[in-house]
Amino acid sequence: MSPAFAAANMIQPLNFAAPTRSKERLFSDPLKSPNTTPFAGSTHNLRSHDRPNSWSQHNRSAAAAVVGVSDLVKEKKTKSAYSSSNLLITKQEGLELYEDLVLGRSFEDMCAQMYYRGKMFGFVHLYNGQEAVSSGFIKLLRKDDCVVSTYRDHVHALSKGVPARAVMSELFGKTTGCCRGQGGSMHMFSKEHNVLGGFAFIGEGIPIATGAAFSMKYKRELLNENCDDVTVAFFGDGTCNNGQFFECLNMAVLWKLPIIFVVENNLWAIGMSHLRATSVPEIWKKGPAFGMPGVHVDGMDVLKVRNVAMEAITRARRGEGPTLVECETYRFRGHSLADPDELRDPAEKTHYAARDPIKAFKKYLLENSLADEAELKAIEKKIDELVEDSVEFADQSCLPTREQLLQNVFSDPKGFGIGPDGSYRCEDPKFTEGTAEV
Amino acid sequence: MSDSSFSYHSLRRRPNLRSSITGQVSESARGMSRILLQRVARGGAAASSFRHLQNVTRAYSSAAKEMTVRDALNSALDEEMAADPRVFLMGEEVGEYQGAYKISKGLLEKYGPERVIDTPITEAGFAGIGVGAAYKGLRPIVEFMTFNFAMQAIDQVINSAGKSNYMSAGQLPVSIVFRGPNGAAAGVGAQHSQCYAAWYSSCPGLKVLSPYSSEDARGLLKAAIRDPDPVVFLEHELVYGDSFPVSAEALDPNFCLPIGKAKIEQQGKDVTITAFSRMVGYALKAAEVLAKEGISAEVINLLSIRPLDRATINESVRKTNRLVTVEEGFPQHGVGAEICASVVEESFEYLDAPVERIANADVPMPYATNLERMAVPQVEDIVRAAKRACYRSVPMAATA
Repeated sequence: MSPAFAAANMIQPLNFAAPTRSKERLFSDPLKSPNTTPFAGSTHNLRSHDRPNSWSQHNRSAAAAVVGVSDLVKEKKTKSAYSSSNLLITKQEGLELYEDLVLGRSFEDMCAQMYYRGKMFGFVHLYNGQEAVSSGFIKLLRKDDCVVSTYRDHVHALSKGVPARAVMSELFGKTTGCCRGQGGSMHMFSKEHNVLGGFAFIGEGIPIATGAAFSMKYKRELLNENCDDVTVAFFGDGTCNNGQFFECLNMAVLWKLPIIFVVENNLWAIGMSHLRATSVPEIWKKGPAFGMPGVHVDGMDVLKVRNVAMEAITRARRGEGPTLVECETYRFRGHSLADPDELRDPAEKTHYAARDPIKAFKKYLLENSLADEAELKAIEKKIDELVEDSVEFADQSCLPTREQLLQNVFSDPKGFGIGPDGSYRCEDPKFTEGTAEV
Repeated sequence: MSDSSFSYHSLRRRPNLRSSITGQVSESARGMSRILLQRVARGGAAASSFRHLQNVTRAYSSAAKEMTVRDALNSALDEEMAADPRVFLMGEEVGEYQGAYKISKGLLEKYGPERVIDTPITEAGFAGIGVGAAYKGLRPIVEFMTFNFAMQAIDQVINSAGKSNYMSAGQLPVSIVFRGPNGAAAGVGAQHSQCYAAWYSSCPGLKVLSPYSSEDARGLLKAAIRDPDPVVFLEHELVYGDSFPVSAEALDPNFCLPIGKAKIEQQGKDVTITAFSRMVGYALKAAEVLAKEGISAEVINLLSIRPLDRATINESVRKTNRLVTVEEGFPQHGVGAEICASVVEESFEYLDAPVERIANADVPMPYATNLERMAVPQVEDIVRAAKRACYRSVPMAATA
């Protein structure tokens, strides 16, 4: 086992605090204080207390505040170098975030249920525990911004706005799914919501995301369209050892592309621990190696993620180039529903279960009086009904028809290409199917 | 060369020396084949090389202008980039180096570095970037220095470019062209000489094109760039420098050839020879040799490997009853195997002889010149195979 790392000052232009995560902590004493990332701009809450839950520390100090919001404002003024105005979440934003978190969790739990009942099949990779990353980033995006993901993409699609019904139908393989049942769990695409996949190969989505970012830059600079859209690429810790990851980090910086690389470091690639697979486990360090800021953030805390996300997205929109954000997170379930999940230390699982993003955020909302118990219960009920409805809808939808098997292979109906006049050749009445003697 | 064993059948019929030249041509576009036909009809004039024929062609067709394949590709790229601002070219050495094989010469100066992009050596990365850009409506042309290097990006070509339209149920078509030289150059060794036509053509979702002449190159590249689907465009390094006549029609900026249609380079009635890319030239030469011996060969230039023009091939086989497929790729699971299967499935009763497949030797490409010459199909191999198909084969001892 390599020695624990000292908290390093990272090379980055952004003013983020950069904690490192001690390796030993995870394996020897999972109950020790998880991280030193300041919450909401305040550093006073986290001293070296042996508290598994960093939230309670802050909340105790905030308990004296009259309104949670103004307390943050007070802190903001005292820690001027630190926080940005985006840490302030309004009640509206808070409820929205909470709803999104709960939607992700309920949906994935329902997926598990459906899988064990045989309604869903194949590979299903669930996102339980990582919701803070998805909500933290995607809720800040506009409709025209793009999201590219991996096979663990249900929640990314949901956060981006793809209706739960469409995603559930897709998982059931019905024709009403977002990809008409042709994609499946691992291939969620939505042109309308700019969800560009859903890729099974790890690392495959990163160049795609880089390409989408490239097109945004191209449109802005060459086609003179007012385009300041950004692309967010989500991928895991295992991907960060893959060649395509490094190739794209390089090209993104080289061409200053509006992209944010988000690493959902849940420490495990199926059964391969990140620490066994990686020579330099701090993934955020790989950003500066290529010339972009590398940031580490507590991925179990939606507000911290949101804070970092806002900064990174604003950077990209301004044309300042890419950012690499490493989110320390954890998946509560196995790699997929077929994974028995025997290799992970139960103590580690317990430790992270205690840092459940939804519970923590709920607590935050309640204790800062941004919402009350009734409102949150109402949201949970609403989401439950939504998910139930989506299952019913998917159940009642039809399977794809036989004709659908051969559709959409090509965009061009018969594969003869485009004629000189710009329309499909097969639509030209003078174009015959006979021998071409051109 | 996947030679089947020699057959010692006696002649079953004497081939008809009079070849039926159907009204093929007044267009200079078919000048080349016209000349060949005329020569065949005259009972085989003096053996001439291609170049001689080309010179003769020039004398015959007034509108014929000569253009190398390289220039044809360059002009196609130039015109398409001028016509549509969404088209851009990306690859190694395409910009300042003017193209590794000078195909993109002059484009950087004309369109600037934002549209002619020199990439780092990251095939997987920039192929994927092309696909991502295509998702968002741009029209990239991704150049691979050779298709051998494209193996590093094959995941992006097949899995993302090829399958995206299907996986997304039509939401995200990928209008991209992957182009570059394919097949064996001279003496470049095993890792630079493979032909990938068979690999890419087995994948649904991709279109695979392989031109031979300059007109083919121009027409097909333009069609590929305009096409809404991913196209794998297989050029050939050894054909880049060859000159072919181009008609005025081909020089028109809107000229494009249909995809999925083969071209009958030369009509015949005794045996059908299919080929693509450089092998078309060899097949034409073989047809000349065969003509002297009284075998009239119909040469089909496939042009489009996927979708394969099965209709043309089958129609031709039904006319001639014999088939020889020629390709530069490895024999197992090659293009010839697919054509053979197609013909057996659709025109079985019309076949008078087993289908002959000519392909690269079933070995990685050797370096030594003489070994390389043995590995790559040559004109003599095609001639021998055609004769075998016509039951006119000469016993092995006599050819030693």
